[in-house]
Amino acid sequence: MSDHRTTPRATARVTVPNDLGALQKVKEELLAAVTKHDYPEASAFAIRLALEEAVQNAYQHGNKGDPSRSVAFEWRIANSAITVVIEDEGTGFTPDVVPDPTDPERLEMPSGRGLLLMRAYMADVHYNDRGNRVTMVYQRPVN
Amino acid sequence: MTSTDSRLRIRKEDDVTYVEFVDRNILDEANIQRIADEITGLIDSDDMPKLIISFTNVDHLSSAALGALITIHNRTKQKQGQLRLADIDPQIYEVFTITKLNKLFEIHDTAQDAVASFA
Repeated sequence: MSDHRTTPRATARVTVPNDLGALQKVKEELLAAVTKHDYPEASAFAIRLALEEAVQNAYQHGNKGDPSRSVAFEWRIANSAITVVIEDEGTGFTPDVVPDPTDPERLEMPSGRGLLLMRAYMADVHYNDRGNRVTMVYQRPVN
Repeated sequence: MTSTDSRLRIRKEDDVTYVEFVDRNILDEANIQRIADEITGLIDSDDMPKLIISFTNVDHLSSAALGALITIHNRTKQKQGQLRLADIDPQIYEVFTITKLNKLFEIHDTAQDAVASFA
């Protein structure tokens, strides 16, 4: 028997060119779906932030801004959680070796906070072995 | 003082420069770079600049925007200036807390409070 809390109410899969305009449209589509499924404003804030960071990582660090490459998205929106998967065509990276940007000695470094923010706002953030596909899970807050 | 395509509202009162953002979302990398360049120009045009950046209209910002603010902070320090951030919505303030940048920046509830804090 399916559980209404975890059964997806909306799913989507889309692959777009590594182009800022095309990526923006997908972000807007996902955020519209989040709002449509009665997630509160705070959830939309959290998902937007994590999504911005993940997409920027895919566009810039993974695909190196190359418009001939693509970014693949998949999302599942359920009552209790939202799962977003984003895959680029880069060589990948090892998230465990990213230095802690809150280290007092690194606080004045202008970059390196994206992953920290994704982890702070999502219940789970994990990468495939290659490091070019991120899966982010957001849990609906308990009232 | 503000060019037509600027994403900032800038005014100067006495020796204090006030900056506000036109956009509610400070997310786009190209825009962020332009904003950083414009504010850096303001800092460089003053000796010991006193700068207040107000987030009164801002709903969202990204790590790239935080990076630009750090660059602005570092530039202000080089010029022996003073930078204050103000009018930050609680949701945005949480981003500063998570990244511990609330320890790097001097943040005030309002621009009025920020002005009073200048040495």
